[in-house]
Amino acid sequence: MWLIDSSIGRKVIMSVTGLFLVLFLIFHMSMNVVAIFSSETYNDICNFLGANWYALAGTMVLAAGVVLHIVFAFLLSYRNYKARPIGYSTQKNQKEVEGASQNMLVLGIIVLMGLCMHLIHFWAKMQLQEIIGATPDYEGQFTNGAELIRITFSNPYVCLAYIGWFIAIWFHLTHGIWSAFQSTGLNNKVWFPRLKMCANIFSTIIVLGFTAVVIAGYIHS
Amino acid sequence: MATDNTMKVNLKVWRQADSKAKGEFKLYENVETTPDTSFLETLDILNETLVEKGEEPIVFDHDCREGICGMCSLFINGHPHGPAQGATTCQLYMRRFKDGETITVEPWRSAAFPVIKDLMVNRNAFDQIQQAGGYVSFNCGGAQDANAIPISKVDADEAMDSATCIGCGACVAACKNGSAMLFVSAKVSQFALLPQGRVEAVKRVKSMVAKMDELGFGNCTNTRACEAECPKCISISNIARMNREFICAKFKD
Ligand code: HEM
Ligand code: SF4
Ligand code: FES
Repeated sequence: MWLIDSSIGRKVIMSVTGLFLVLFLIFHMSMNVVAIFSSETYNDICNFLGANWYALAGTMVLAAGVVLHIVFAFLLSYRNYKARPIGYSTQKNQKEVEGASQNMLVLGIIVLMGLCMHLIHFWAKMQLQEIIGATPDYEGQFTNGAELIRITFSNPYVCLAYIGWFIAIWFHLTHGIWSAFQSTGLNNKVWFPRLKMCANIFSTIIVLGFTAVVIAGYIHS
Repeated sequence: MATDNTMKVNLKVWRQADSKAKGEFKLYENVETTPDTSFLETLDILNETLVEKGEEPIVFDHDCREGICGMCSLFINGHPHGPAQGATTCQLYMRRFKDGETITVEPWRSAAFPVIKDLMVNRNAFDQIQQAGGYVSFNCGGAQDANAIPISKVDADEAMDSATCIGCGACVAACKNGSAMLFVSAKVSQFALLPQGRVEAVKRVKSMVAKMDELGFGNCTNTRACEAECPKCISISNIARMNREFICAKFKD
Protein backbone atom coordinates (compact mmCIF):
# COMPACT_ATOMS: atom_id res chain seq x y z
CA MET A 1 0.00 0.00 0.00
CA TRP A 2 1.70 3.17 -1.22
CA LEU A 3 0.30 5.33 1.60
CA ILE A 4 2.25 3.25 4.09
CA ASP A 5 5.35 2.06 2.28
CA SER A 6 6.41 5.03 0.15
CA SER A 7 7.97 8.20 1.51
CA ILE A 8 5.50 10.45 -0.31
CA GLY A 9 2.56 8.28 0.79
CA ARG A 10 3.57 8.56 4.43
CA LYS A 11 3.78 12.31 4.04
CA VAL A 12 0.27 12.31 2.56
CA ILE A 13 -0.95 10.64 5.74
CA MET A 14 0.90 13.24 7.83
CA SER A 15 -0.58 16.11 5.92
CA VAL A 16 -4.16 14.81 5.69
CA THR A 17 -4.28 13.95 9.41
CA GLY A 18 -2.54 17.26 10.19
CA LEU A 19 -5.04 19.31 8.19
CA PHE A 20 -7.90 17.37 9.76
CA LEU A 21 -6.52 18.30 13.19
CA VAL A 22 -6.25 21.93 12.07
CA LEU A 23 -9.95 21.87 11.11
CA PHE A 24 -10.74 20.43 14.51
CA LEU A 25 -8.71 23.18 16.21
CA ILE A 26 -10.67 25.83 14.31
CA PHE A 27 -13.94 24.24 15.43
CA HIS A 28 -12.72 23.82 19.01
CA MET A 29 -11.44 27.39 19.19
CA SER A 30 -14.68 28.86 17.82
CA MET A 31 -16.64 26.87 20.37
CA ASN A 32 -14.40 27.97 23.26
CA VAL A 33 -14.56 31.64 22.35
CA VAL A 34 -18.30 31.47 23.10
CA ALA A 35 -17.38 30.90 26.76
CA ILE A 36 -15.87 34.40 26.92
CA PHE A 37 -19.24 35.95 26.11
CA SER A 38 -21.82 33.63 27.61
CA SER A 39 -21.46 30.80 30.10
CA GLU A 40 -25.01 29.60 29.36
CA THR A 41 -24.53 29.30 25.62
CA TYR A 42 -21.19 27.60 26.12
CA ASN A 43 -22.72 25.09 28.51
CA ASP A 44 -25.55 24.50 26.05
CA ILE A 45 -22.92 23.53 23.47
CA CYS A 46 -21.22 21.24 26.04
CA ASN A 47 -24.59 19.65 26.82
CA PHE A 48 -25.37 19.25 23.16
CA LEU A 49 -22.10 17.40 22.58
CA GLY A 50 -21.78 15.64 25.93
CA ALA A 51 -21.41 11.90 25.45
CA ASN A 52 -23.96 11.50 22.66
CA TRP A 53 -23.26 9.02 19.91
CA TYR A 54 -22.23 11.73 17.46
CA ALA A 55 -19.87 13.33 19.96
CA LEU A 56 -18.40 9.91 20.74
CA ALA A 57 -18.04 9.06 17.05
CA GLY A 58 -16.34 12.42 16.52
CA THR A 59 -14.01 11.74 19.43
CA MET A 60 -13.08 8.34 18.00
CA VAL A 61 -12.30 9.76 14.56
CA LEU A 62 -10.30 12.55 16.17
CA ALA A 63 -8.35 10.11 18.34
CA ALA A 64 -7.60 7.99 15.28
CA GLY A 65 -6.32 11.09 13.48
CA VAL A 66 -4.09 12.02 16.40
CA VAL A 67 -2.72 8.47 16.72
CA LEU A 68 -2.02 8.18 12.98
CA HIS A 69 -0.33 11.59 12.94
CA ILE A 70 1.89 10.67 15.89
CA VAL A 71 2.73 7.14 14.70
CA PHE A 72 3.76 8.42 11.28
CA ALA A 73 5.64 11.35 12.84
CA PHE A 74 7.88 8.89 14.67
CA LEU A 75 8.12 6.53 11.70
CA LEU A 76 9.22 9.32 9.36
CA SER A 77 11.56 10.84 11.92
CA TYR A 78 13.21 7.48 12.55
CA ARG A 79 13.89 7.01 8.84
CA ASN A 80 15.24 10.54 8.60
CA TYR A 81 17.56 9.88 11.49
CA LYS A 82 18.83 6.73 9.78
CA ALA A 83 19.47 8.63 6.55
CA ARG A 84 22.13 10.77 8.28
CA PRO A 85 24.00 8.39 10.61
CA ILE A 86 27.04 10.65 10.93
CA GLY A 87 26.34 14.33 11.48
CA TYR A 88 28.39 17.41 10.56
CA SER A 89 30.76 19.10 12.95
CA THR A 90 29.36 22.45 11.84
CA GLN A 91 26.12 23.01 10.01
CA LYS A 92 24.54 26.39 9.41
CA ASN A 93 21.23 27.24 7.83
CA GLN A 94 20.59 29.83 5.17
CA LYS A 95 18.11 32.50 6.24
CA GLU A 96 15.26 30.97 4.21
CA VAL A 97 15.17 27.92 6.49
CA GLU A 98 12.70 28.34 9.37
CA GLY A 99 13.41 26.93 12.80
CA ALA A 100 9.93 25.37 13.06
CA SER A 101 10.46 23.26 9.94
CA GLN A 102 13.65 21.81 11.42
CA ASN A 103 12.01 20.96 14.75
CA MET A 104 8.56 19.59 13.93
CA LEU A 105 9.06 16.47 16.06
CA VAL A 106 10.19 18.40 19.14
CA LEU A 107 7.30 20.84 18.69
CA GLY A 108 4.94 17.90 18.17
CA ILE A 109 6.11 16.25 21.40
CA ILE A 110 5.50 19.50 23.30
CA VAL A 111 2.05 19.67 21.69
CA LEU A 112 1.43 16.08 22.78
CA MET A 113 2.43 16.82 26.38
CA GLY A 114 0.10 19.83 26.39
CA LEU A 115 -2.63 17.64 24.96
CA CYS A 116 -2.24 15.14 27.84
CA MET A 117 -2.44 17.98 30.36
CA HIS A 118 -5.51 19.34 28.64
CA LEU A 119 -7.27 15.94 28.52
CA ILE A 120 -6.66 15.50 32.26
CA HIS A 121 -8.00 18.99 33.00
CA PHE A 122 -11.14 18.82 30.89
CA TRP A 123 -11.96 15.66 28.99
CA ALA A 124 -11.34 13.38 32.01
CA LYS A 125 -13.66 15.54 34.10
CA MET A 126 -16.41 15.85 31.54
CA GLN A 127 -16.96 13.41 28.67
CA LEU A 128 -15.01 10.55 30.32
CA GLN A 129 -17.18 10.79 33.45
CA GLU A 130 -20.29 10.48 31.31
CA ILE A 131 -18.84 7.59 29.34
CA ILE A 132 -18.05 5.58 32.49
CA GLY A 133 -21.46 6.56 33.85
CA ALA A 134 -20.22 8.23 37.02
CA THR A 135 -22.85 9.86 39.22
CA PRO A 136 -22.29 13.60 39.58
CA ASP A 137 -21.92 15.07 43.09
CA TYR A 138 -24.24 17.83 42.00
CA GLU A 139 -26.49 18.58 39.04
CA GLY A 140 -24.49 19.51 35.91
CA GLN A 141 -21.04 18.71 37.39
CA PHE A 142 -19.90 17.08 34.15
CA THR A 143 -21.48 19.54 31.76
CA ASN A 144 -20.73 22.91 33.33
CA GLY A 145 -17.74 23.59 31.09
CA ALA A 146 -17.78 27.32 31.74
CA GLU A 147 -17.35 26.74 35.46
CA LEU A 148 -14.54 24.25 34.82
CA ILE A 149 -12.74 26.81 32.67
CA ARG A 150 -12.85 29.35 35.52
CA ILE A 151 -11.70 26.77 38.09
CA THR A 152 -8.85 25.48 35.94
CA PHE A 153 -7.52 28.87 34.91
CA SER A 154 -7.76 30.39 38.39
CA ASN A 155 -4.21 29.04 38.76
CA PRO A 156 -1.79 31.38 36.96
CA TYR A 157 0.78 28.60 36.47
CA VAL A 158 -1.78 26.54 34.61
CA CYS A 159 -2.49 29.60 32.45
CA LEU A 160 1.22 29.93 31.66
CA ALA A 161 1.51 26.23 30.84
CA TYR A 162 -1.40 26.55 28.40
CA ILE A 163 0.05 29.64 26.77
CA GLY A 164 3.38 27.83 26.36
CA TRP A 165 1.48 24.98 24.75
CA PHE A 166 -0.25 27.39 22.37
CA ILE A 167 3.09 28.89 21.35
CA ALA A 168 4.34 25.40 20.42
CA ILE A 169 1.14 24.86 18.42
CA TRP A 170 1.67 28.20 16.70
CA PHE A 171 5.15 27.24 15.53
CA HIS A 172 3.99 23.73 14.54
CA LEU A 173 1.21 25.20 12.44
CA THR A 174 3.02 28.12 10.80
CA HIS A 175 5.12 25.46 9.12
CA GLY A 176 2.62 22.59 9.16
CA ILE A 177 -0.22 24.25 7.27
CA TRP A 178 1.71 25.26 4.14
CA SER A 179 3.81 22.12 4.38
CA ALA A 180 0.68 19.97 4.25
CA PHE A 181 -0.29 21.57 0.94
CA GLN A 182 3.23 21.11 -0.42
CA SER A 183 3.24 17.44 0.64
CA THR A 184 0.03 16.72 -1.22
CA GLY A 185 1.31 18.55 -4.30
CA LEU A 186 -1.02 21.54 -3.94
CA ASN A 187 1.68 24.17 -4.26
CA ASN A 188 3.65 26.06 -6.89
CA LYS A 189 5.70 29.24 -7.16
CA VAL A 190 2.62 31.48 -7.27
CA TRP A 191 0.78 29.82 -4.40
CA PHE A 192 3.75 29.36 -2.11
CA PRO A 193 3.80 32.89 -0.62
CA ARG A 194 -0.02 32.82 -0.40
CA LEU A 195 -0.04 29.51 1.43
CA LYS A 196 2.64 30.74 3.83
CA MET A 197 0.58 33.84 4.54
CA CYS A 198 -2.56 31.71 5.11
CA ALA A 199 -0.57 29.43 7.44
CA ASN A 200 0.54 32.43 9.49
CA ILE A 201 -2.96 33.93 9.60
CA PHE A 202 -4.71 30.68 10.55
CA SER A 203 -2.13 29.74 13.21
CA THR A 204 -2.36 33.20 14.73
CA ILE A 205 -6.18 33.27 14.78
CA ILE A 206 -6.35 29.79 16.31
CA VAL A 207 -3.77 30.54 18.98
CA LEU A 208 -5.14 34.01 19.85
CA GLY A 209 -8.65 32.55 20.21
CA PHE A 210 -7.51 29.87 22.65
CA THR A 211 -5.33 32.34 24.56
CA ALA A 212 -8.24 34.76 24.95
CA VAL A 213 -10.32 32.01 26.60
CA VAL A 214 -7.52 31.23 29.06
CA ILE A 215 -7.10 34.89 29.97
CA ALA A 216 -10.86 35.43 30.27
CA GLY A 217 -11.08 32.33 32.48
CA TYR A 218 -8.35 33.73 34.73
CA ILE A 219 -9.96 37.17 34.97
CA HIS A 220 -13.43 35.77 35.77
CA SER A 221 -12.16 33.27 38.35
CA MET B 1 45.14 40.99 -11.26
CA ALA B 2 46.14 41.55 -7.67
CA THR B 3 48.26 38.43 -7.46
CA ASP B 4 50.58 40.09 -4.97
CA ASN B 5 48.00 40.32 -2.17
CA THR B 6 48.38 36.89 -0.63
CA MET B 7 46.37 35.52 2.24
CA LYS B 8 46.76 32.65 4.68
CA VAL B 9 44.03 30.30 5.85
CA ASN B 10 43.92 27.31 8.17
CA LEU B 11 42.15 24.31 6.69
CA LYS B 12 40.50 21.82 9.03
CA VAL B 13 39.96 18.88 6.72
CA TRP B 14 38.25 15.51 7.22
CA ARG B 15 40.76 12.71 6.49
CA GLN B 16 39.57 9.14 6.15
CA ALA B 17 41.72 6.37 4.65
CA ASP B 18 38.85 4.36 3.13
CA SER B 19 35.14 3.72 3.48
CA LYS B 20 35.64 1.55 6.58
CA ALA B 21 38.24 3.67 8.39
CA LYS B 22 37.12 5.87 11.27
CA GLY B 23 38.36 9.21 9.97
CA GLU B 24 39.21 12.43 11.78
CA PHE B 25 39.78 16.13 11.23
CA LYS B 26 43.30 17.28 10.48
CA LEU B 27 44.35 20.92 10.75
CA TYR B 28 46.62 22.38 8.06
CA GLU B 29 47.82 25.76 9.23
CA ASN B 30 48.90 28.79 7.21
CA VAL B 31 48.04 27.57 3.73
CA GLU B 32 49.17 30.37 1.40
CA THR B 33 46.74 31.44 -1.30
CA THR B 34 45.27 34.62 -2.82
CA PRO B 35 41.75 36.09 -2.75
CA ASP B 36 41.37 35.39 -6.48
CA THR B 37 42.31 31.74 -6.15
CA SER B 38 39.44 29.29 -6.13
CA PHE B 39 38.78 27.07 -3.14
CA LEU B 40 39.65 23.92 -5.08
CA GLU B 41 42.90 25.51 -6.29
CA THR B 42 43.74 26.26 -2.68
CA LEU B 43 43.27 22.57 -1.92
CA ASP B 44 45.56 21.84 -4.92
CA ILE B 45 48.20 24.17 -3.43
CA LEU B 46 47.91 22.39 -0.08
CA ASN B 47 48.10 18.99 -1.80
CA GLU B 48 51.32 20.00 -3.58
CA THR B 49 52.97 20.76 -0.26
CA LEU B 50 51.67 17.47 1.16
CA VAL B 51 53.09 15.51 -1.78
CA GLU B 52 56.43 17.30 -1.40
CA LYS B 53 56.50 16.25 2.25
CA GLY B 54 55.72 12.67 1.22
CA GLU B 55 52.23 12.74 2.78
CA GLU B 56 49.02 11.47 1.19
CA PRO B 57 47.25 14.26 -0.70
CA ILE B 58 43.63 15.08 0.21
CA VAL B 59 41.19 13.29 -2.07
CA PHE B 60 38.21 15.31 -3.31
CA ASP B 61 35.89 15.18 -6.32
CA HIS B 62 36.08 17.73 -9.14
CA ASP B 63 35.98 17.81 -12.91
CA CYS B 64 34.88 20.78 -15.03
CA ARG B 65 35.70 23.48 -12.46
CA GLU B 66 33.26 25.79 -14.20
CA GLY B 67 30.08 24.94 -12.35
CA ILE B 68 28.41 22.71 -14.91
CA CYS B 69 29.34 19.07 -14.29
CA GLY B 70 28.22 18.50 -10.69
CA MET B 71 31.31 16.58 -9.63
CA CYS B 72 32.63 18.93 -6.96
CA SER B 73 31.15 18.64 -3.47
CA LEU B 74 32.48 19.52 0.04
CA PHE B 75 30.69 20.82 3.11
CA ILE B 76 32.55 24.07 3.82
CA ASN B 77 32.02 26.05 7.02
CA GLY B 78 28.61 24.51 7.58
CA HIS B 79 27.28 24.76 4.02
CA PRO B 80 27.38 22.41 1.02
CA HIS B 81 29.44 24.15 -1.70
CA GLY B 82 30.42 26.74 0.92
CA PRO B 83 28.59 29.82 2.18
CA ALA B 84 27.84 31.41 -1.21
CA GLN B 85 24.33 30.76 -2.54
CA GLY B 86 23.75 29.65 -6.12
CA ALA B 87 27.36 28.55 -6.68
CA THR B 88 29.27 25.28 -6.74
CA THR B 89 32.47 24.70 -4.75
CA CYS B 90 34.55 25.10 -7.90
CA GLN B 91 33.06 28.59 -8.30
CA LEU B 92 33.91 29.55 -4.72
CA TYR B 93 36.81 32.00 -4.38
CA MET B 94 39.02 32.69 -1.39
CA ARG B 95 37.84 36.33 -1.24
CA ARG B 96 34.79 34.89 0.54
CA PHE B 97 37.03 34.11 3.52
CA LYS B 98 39.02 36.26 5.90
CA ASP B 99 42.79 36.26 6.12
CA GLY B 100 43.79 33.86 8.90
CA GLU B 101 40.36 32.21 9.02
CA THR B 102 40.04 28.53 9.95
CA ILE B 103 37.86 26.80 7.34
CA THR B 104 36.21 23.47 8.16
CA VAL B 105 35.87 21.05 5.24
CA GLU B 106 33.78 17.88 5.56
CA PRO B 107 32.41 15.33 3.11
CA TRP B 108 28.65 15.12 2.28
CA ARG B 109 27.03 13.14 5.10
CA SER B 110 24.32 10.73 4.01
CA ALA B 111 23.74 7.02 4.47
CA ALA B 112 23.18 6.81 0.72
CA PHE B 113 26.47 8.63 -0.05
CA PRO B 114 29.17 6.60 1.72
CA VAL B 115 32.64 8.17 2.02
CA ILE B 116 35.12 6.59 -0.41
CA LYS B 117 38.20 8.43 0.86
CA ASP B 118 38.72 11.75 2.65
CA LEU B 119 36.24 14.19 1.10
CA MET B 120 35.13 11.99 -1.78
CA VAL B 121 31.72 10.32 -1.44
CA ASN B 122 30.02 7.74 -3.64
CA ARG B 123 27.05 9.39 -5.36
CA ASN B 124 26.22 6.32 -7.43
CA ALA B 125 22.80 6.33 -5.76
CA PHE B 126 21.85 9.28 -7.98
CA ASP B 127 22.84 7.32 -11.10
CA GLN B 128 20.66 4.45 -9.94
CA ILE B 129 17.69 6.78 -9.52
CA GLN B 130 18.30 8.18 -13.01
CA GLN B 131 18.52 4.68 -14.44
CA ALA B 132 15.17 3.87 -12.84
CA GLY B 133 13.36 6.31 -15.12
CA GLY B 134 15.16 9.59 -15.73
CA TYR B 135 15.04 9.31 -19.51
CA VAL B 136 12.67 9.20 -22.47
CA SER B 137 12.71 6.14 -24.69
CA PHE B 138 11.79 7.04 -28.24
CA ASN B 139 13.21 6.15 -31.63
CA CYS B 140 15.73 8.66 -32.84
CA GLY B 141 15.00 9.81 -36.35
CA GLY B 142 16.00 13.04 -38.03
CA ALA B 143 15.66 16.17 -35.91
CA GLN B 144 12.06 17.44 -35.75
CA ASP B 145 11.16 20.71 -37.38
CA ALA B 146 11.19 23.55 -34.89
CA ASN B 147 7.80 24.18 -33.27
CA ALA B 148 6.33 20.94 -34.65
CA ILE B 149 5.14 20.27 -31.11
CA PRO B 150 3.86 23.52 -29.60
CA ILE B 151 5.06 24.08 -26.01
CA SER B 152 4.20 27.18 -24.04
CA LYS B 153 7.04 29.50 -23.12
CA VAL B 154 6.21 29.10 -19.43
CA ASP B 155 6.47 25.31 -19.58
CA ALA B 156 9.59 25.40 -21.71
CA ASP B 157 11.27 27.76 -19.24
CA GLU B 158 10.23 25.70 -16.21
CA ALA B 159 11.45 22.50 -17.84
CA MET B 160 14.74 24.20 -18.67
CA ASP B 161 15.11 25.45 -15.08
CA SER B 162 14.53 21.92 -13.76
CA ALA B 163 16.99 20.51 -16.26
CA THR B 164 19.77 22.73 -14.92
CA CYS B 165 20.15 20.36 -11.95
CA ILE B 166 23.71 19.04 -12.18
CA GLY B 167 23.16 16.09 -9.83
CA CYS B 168 25.74 17.29 -7.32
CA GLY B 169 23.90 16.07 -4.22
CA ALA B 170 24.11 19.33 -2.24
CA CYS B 171 20.37 19.07 -1.61
CA VAL B 172 20.88 15.73 0.17
CA ALA B 173 23.90 17.09 2.01
CA ALA B 174 22.02 20.18 3.22
CA CYS B 175 18.81 18.44 4.23
CA LYS B 176 18.64 17.47 7.89
CA ASN B 177 16.74 14.36 6.75
CA GLY B 178 19.19 13.45 4.00
CA SER B 179 16.30 13.62 1.54
CA ALA B 180 16.88 13.47 -2.22
CA MET B 181 13.50 14.98 -3.12
CA LEU B 182 14.90 18.12 -4.77
CA PHE B 183 17.16 16.17 -7.13
CA VAL B 184 14.54 13.54 -8.00
CA SER B 185 11.80 16.14 -8.43
CA ALA B 186 14.00 18.20 -10.78
CA LYS B 187 14.63 15.10 -12.89
CA VAL B 188 10.95 14.14 -12.85
CA SER B 189 9.85 17.70 -13.67
CA GLN B 190 12.15 18.29 -16.62
CA PHE B 191 10.28 15.50 -18.43
CA ALA B 192 6.85 15.90 -16.85
CA LEU B 193 6.57 19.44 -18.21
CA LEU B 194 7.15 18.44 -21.83
CA PRO B 195 4.90 16.38 -24.14
CA GLN B 196 7.77 14.02 -24.99
CA GLY B 197 8.11 13.20 -21.31
CA ARG B 198 4.39 12.75 -20.63
CA VAL B 199 4.30 9.40 -22.45
CA GLU B 200 6.20 7.63 -19.68
CA ALA B 201 5.37 10.10 -16.88
CA VAL B 202 3.33 7.73 -14.71
CA LYS B 203 5.84 4.92 -14.84
CA ARG B 204 8.78 7.30 -14.42
CA VAL B 205 7.66 8.98 -11.21
CA LYS B 206 6.74 5.68 -9.59
CA SER B 207 10.01 3.93 -10.36
CA MET B 208 12.25 6.91 -9.53
CA VAL B 209 10.54 7.48 -6.16
CA ALA B 210 10.65 3.74 -5.38
CA LYS B 211 14.39 3.68 -6.13
CA MET B 212 14.96 6.78 -4.00
CA ASP B 213 13.15 5.18 -1.06
CA GLU B 214 14.99 1.90 -1.51
CA LEU B 215 18.41 3.57 -1.38
CA GLY B 216 17.82 4.97 2.11
CA PHE B 217 17.30 8.69 1.52
CA GLY B 218 15.19 10.41 4.18
CA ASN B 219 11.71 11.90 3.91
CA CYS B 220 11.13 15.49 2.94
CA THR B 221 9.83 17.71 5.77
CA ASN B 222 9.78 20.81 3.58
CA THR B 223 12.54 22.63 5.44
CA ARG B 224 13.71 24.30 2.19
CA ALA B 225 17.36 23.84 3.14
CA CYS B 226 17.82 22.13 -0.26
CA GLU B 227 16.68 25.00 -2.45
CA ALA B 228 18.59 27.48 -0.30
CA GLU B 229 21.84 25.54 -0.86
CA CYS B 230 21.29 24.24 -4.41
CA PRO B 231 23.98 25.73 -6.68
CA LYS B 232 21.40 25.84 -9.49
CA CYS B 233 18.63 27.34 -7.33
CA ILE B 234 16.23 24.50 -8.16
CA SER B 235 12.87 25.39 -6.59
CA ILE B 236 10.86 23.23 -4.19
CA SER B 237 7.89 23.81 -6.51
CA ASN B 238 9.43 20.84 -8.35
CA ILE B 239 8.89 18.76 -5.20
CA ALA B 240 5.22 19.78 -5.12
CA ARG B 241 4.95 18.79 -8.78
CA MET B 242 6.53 15.41 -8.12
CA ASN B 243 4.21 14.80 -5.14
CA ARG B 244 1.27 15.62 -7.41
CA GLU B 245 2.55 13.34 -10.17
CA PHE B 246 3.21 10.52 -7.73
CA ILE B 247 -0.13 10.74 -5.91
CA CYS B 248 -2.04 10.87 -9.23
CA ALA B 249 -0.01 7.95 -10.58
CA LYS B 250 -0.83 5.86 -7.51
CA PHE B 251 -4.53 6.69 -7.73
CA LYS B 252 -4.52 5.45 -11.31
CA ASP B 253 -3.29 2.00 -10.20
C1 HEM C 1 -3.00 19.84 17.54
C2 HEM C 1 -2.39 18.86 17.06
C3 HEM C 1 -1.58 18.86 15.78
C4 HEM C 1 -1.83 19.48 14.60
C5 HEM C 1 -2.98 20.39 14.25
C6 HEM C 1 -0.75 19.13 13.70
C7 HEM C 1 -0.63 19.55 12.40
C8 HEM C 1 0.39 19.23 11.54
C9 HEM C 1 0.46 19.56 10.15
C10 HEM C 1 -0.60 20.33 9.38
C11 HEM C 1 1.63 19.07 9.67
C12 HEM C 1 2.17 19.20 8.25
C13 HEM C 1 2.15 17.90 7.52
C14 HEM C 1 3.11 17.89 6.38
O1 HEM C 1 4.18 18.47 6.47
O2 HEM C 1 2.81 17.25 5.38
C15 HEM C 1 2.31 18.44 10.76
C16 HEM C 1 3.55 17.84 10.66
C17 HEM C 1 4.18 17.18 11.70
N1 HEM C 1 3.64 16.91 12.95
FE1 HEM C 1 1.90 17.61 13.63
N2 HEM C 1 0.14 18.31 14.36
C18 HEM C 1 -0.35 18.11 15.64
C19 HEM C 1 0.21 17.33 16.63
C20 HEM C 1 1.41 16.65 16.51
C21 HEM C 1 1.95 15.76 17.50
C22 HEM C 1 1.30 15.43 18.83
C23 HEM C 1 3.15 15.29 16.99
C24 HEM C 1 4.17 14.35 17.54
C25 HEM C 1 4.39 13.83 18.61
C26 HEM C 1 3.35 15.90 15.71
C27 HEM C 1 4.45 15.70 14.92
C28 HEM C 1 4.59 16.19 13.65
C29 HEM C 1 5.77 16.02 12.84
C30 HEM C 1 7.06 15.28 13.24
C31 HEM C 1 5.51 16.63 11.62
C32 HEM C 1 6.44 16.74 10.43
C33 HEM C 1 6.26 15.54 9.59
C34 HEM C 1 6.99 15.64 8.31
O3 HEM C 1 7.07 16.72 7.74
O4 HEM C 1 7.49 14.61 7.85
N3 HEM C 1 2.26 16.70 15.44
N4 HEM C 1 1.53 18.53 11.90
S1 SF4 D 1 18.78 19.81 -7.09
FE1 SF4 D 1 20.48 21.30 -6.89
S2 SF4 D 1 21.61 20.57 -5.08
FE2 SF4 D 1 20.32 18.85 -5.74
S3 SF4 D 1 21.59 17.64 -7.11
FE3 SF4 D 1 20.48 19.09 -8.43
S4 SF4 D 1 21.86 20.86 -8.61
FE4 SF4 D 1 22.64 19.66 -6.89
S1 FES E 1 33.80 20.76 -10.79
FE1 FES E 1 32.17 20.65 -12.25
S2 FES E 1 30.61 21.71 -11.19
FE2 FES E 1 32.29 21.98 -9.86
